[in-house]
Amino acid sequence: MSITRRIAIATGLAAGLWSTTALAQDDMRIALVAKSLGNGFFEAAARGAEEAAEELGGVEIIYTGPTSTTAEGQIEVINSLIAQRVDAIAISANDPDAVVPALQKAMQRGITVISWDSGVAPEGREMHLAPSSDELIGQTIIKLAADQLPEGGQVAVLSATSTSTNQNVWIEEMEKVMGEYPDIEVVATVYGDDLADKSYRETQGLLQSYPDLDAIIAPTSVGIVAAAQAVQDAGKVGEVNVTGLGLPSEMAGAIESGASKSFAIWNPVDLGYATAMIAHALASDEATAEPGAEISMGRIGTATLDEDNQAAMSEPFTYDASNIDEFKSVF
Amino acid sequence: MIRSFLRSREAILLAALIALVLLVETRFAGFAAPSNLAAIFNDTSILVILALGQMLVILTRCIDLSLASNLALTGMVTAMLNAAMPDLPMGVLIAAAIGLGLLMGAFNGLLVWKLEIPSIVVTLGTLTIYRGLIFLVSGGEWVNSHEMSAAYKALPRTEILGLPLLGWTGAAVVAAFAVGVNRTALGRAFYAVGGNPGAAIYTGIEVGRTRFQAFVIAGGLAGLCGYLWVSRYAVAYTDVAGGFELDIVAACVIGGISIAGGLGTVTGAVLGALFLGTIKNALPVAGISPFWQMAISGAAIIVAVAFHARRQPGRVILKPEAAR
Repeated sequence: MSITRRIAIATGLAAGLWSTTALAQDDMRIALVAKSLGNGFFEAAARGAEEAAEELGGVEIIYTGPTSTTAEGQIEVINSLIAQRVDAIAISANDPDAVVPALQKAMQRGITVISWDSGVAPEGREMHLAPSSDELIGQTIIKLAADQLPEGGQVAVLSATSTSTNQNVWIEEMEKVMGEYPDIEVVATVYGDDLADKSYRETQGLLQSYPDLDAIIAPTSVGIVAAAQAVQDAGKVGEVNVTGLGLPSEMAGAIESGASKSFAIWNPVDLGYATAMIAHALASDEATAEPGAEISMGRIGTATLDEDNQAAMSEPFTYDASNIDEFKSVF
Repeated sequence: MIRSFLRSREAILLAALIALVLLVETRFAGFAAPSNLAAIFNDTSILVILALGQMLVILTRCIDLSLASNLALTGMVTAMLNAAMPDLPMGVLIAAAIGLGLLMGAFNGLLVWKLEIPSIVVTLGTLTIYRGLIFLVSGGEWVNSHEMSAAYKALPRTEILGLPLLGWTGAAVVAAFAVGVNRTALGRAFYAVGGNPGAAIYTGIEVGRTRFQAFVIAGGLAGLCGYLWVSRYAVAYTDVAGGFELDIVAACVIGGISIAGGLGTVTGAVLGALFLGTIKNALPVAGISPFWQMAISGAAIIVAVAFHARRQPGRVILKPEAAR
């Protein structure tokens, strides 16, 4: 084969590659990777991302994730997304470190990688969009419990898995502000693994181990529902208040029964929307992820990155008997 | 007879169970109180029912890994039916749950019987198929407690003589098995097929058909448990009972049901399930670090199986050649 022919072939190949990238850019594909499919929170986030896609135009949202909340499952999903040559991957990680190698592989292939909701270690993503600042969430969850306990009392925390990034950070932040609530004592932290039956059983255990317990803080949507049900079944409505982070549609029954007086959550629709907006801005090179950068989140506002390339969307919003009916059909 | 019971694996397991309860009692007073033991039995009822279903399948030298997915799918379907038609009588709903479970069990059984595919392969496939169907029917949406009717949630919680109906259901299934497995021709056929399939054929038992029957019964029980589970936790989502299939197998193994088939008793399966259920209930109150809990559960399984490893003759109807 002559050298000219080789060059010709190589040029042809390069041109072919060029045209496929150009074609892909016509319809930008942003993959939204959930912790697991079938979780109301992520379904709502996917709706928000679709909304952003419509607003931007020429964007296709691929909503995907493993069927159970494992890092292994997410790694498989990421590998298949790399094979599909998507333009951007936005992931809520089941484990901050385990998914890093797969995501680095994606970045080497020129895919924009950001994390949202539950973060990835800095080396595995370009930036992280937290739904709210961790400080604000930590302060909110203890305030929700404390507001119902003017006399002080005992509270316990029901978390998801012991390795869940966001849960651990929120609980840490909560502990930092405990000094402001001298009469409130955190007696235990237990892990329900985001499984209804385990969370239920852990709550039963708390109720038995601490007969004077006044509140349970569950900063997880599966845990808070299971805890409210366990409190209701134990006949302790009015004695033990279940609070934390949950979805209005899932918590409506608990508010109605009185097992939960109030709870908080940011709007997952907004979070999905903001994530898609940022992923689009980064993938189309309209913005660069670097400390101090300001990236537009459309109707939500502007995200400002800190030194770790992290940004917060907004502060959590409190739901109680006065507004639950309005929101329970929304998400 | 008493002496032979004392030397049996069931007696060892019963002793271990009592020792476990007493050990937890020393760390957490009130654990061995009758009301708490009743609560544990109630909590473990679903595992007991499913372990009994699994026992039949394992006796015939098969295994059903799809029981938890079957449970999750029927649970989701009953919850959706209830949310869509709150006036549907509970009897109809429960019949639908059992019917759907039977159907899924029959599908497993037919593949094992007619196509002679190994059961582990069949049920590994249907495990994912049934779980996937939940996504299809629900679209990934949850059914939440406020969407379920009061009757739907109240039934398993109705207390009769201090024990909720959920616990009574478990007790009724145990009683039915105690009679059915030990006193009927079908019950003995399960042992015969697992103990020595070749000899079973000569006695006029159709091996495939018996296996099919075991799968159908296990499936029907899983369907019933689907309703019980969703009603108990008042929430239906796609990941309901994720990983529970392994708990069911573990309960059988702890209970001395031989994976090789043909060996095992109803008492063993019930005790195995209760042992696992007691550990699950004890760990949260015993003040053991959550990081140790999984390791302790696993260690308990291995210790229990190590006890059983010394094969003792159980209820063998048709002995294989080598055992004589």
